[in-house]
Amino acid sequence: MATDPLRALLEQAFPDAREVDVLDRTGTGDHFQVTVTSPRFDGLSLVEQHRLVYDALAGPLADGTIHELRIRTKGSS
Amino acid sequence: MSDLSDNIRQVIEGEDVALFMKGTPQMVMCGNSMRALEALRRAGAPVTAVDILPDPAIREELSAISGWPTIPQVFVRGELIGGADIVEELEGSGDLERTLEEKLGPGYRDSREEKTLVVTSFAAP
Repeated sequence: MATDPLRALLEQAFPDAREVDVLDRTGTGDHFQVTVTSPRFDGLSLVEQHRLVYDALAGPLADGTIHELRIRTKGSS
Repeated sequence: MSDLSDNIRQVIEGEDVALFMKGTPQMVMCGNSMRALEALRRAGAPVTAVDILPDPAIREELSAISGWPTIPQVFVRGELIGGADIVEELEGSGDLERTLEEKLGPGYRDSREEKTLVVTSFAAP
């Protein structure tokens, strides 16, 4: 999978994000590093923040197109 | 509820620090499991490891319990702390040690030990 569909899913889930970055770590279209900066993360624990990212990418996670996902989340502060 | 699900819950709730991983601390089979294990080691955590690879049902039951889709998963006294990214981030900021101290007491490093448990779908004899 290319990075664009993942970026689109994240932008849809986090319309107020100041940063959405998707990196194909291995060039094989299945190991990704995503970074999301959004005020939606303010006041949430890291577990809750990562859960929101997992929810946004539930489709490609469930059907196996994402083999490995690294997540970095940042709030607005 | 299945025996396997019961056994997984017992590990999560009964162990101070439970690490569900691919492989064992002696033979780690995945880079992310290694990242989580090494962050826990740096923090001096008493790790109880469970290898999820022997049976695909372990991972299915675990994710059904935790609501967390990926491996590894780290629990401290029954609470999901996160996967490799979060555990590394918490270790880097010092928050992992603070959480361990808060939940296990300031002397948690003294009891440091690493063990491996096996969960199966069969009830213990």
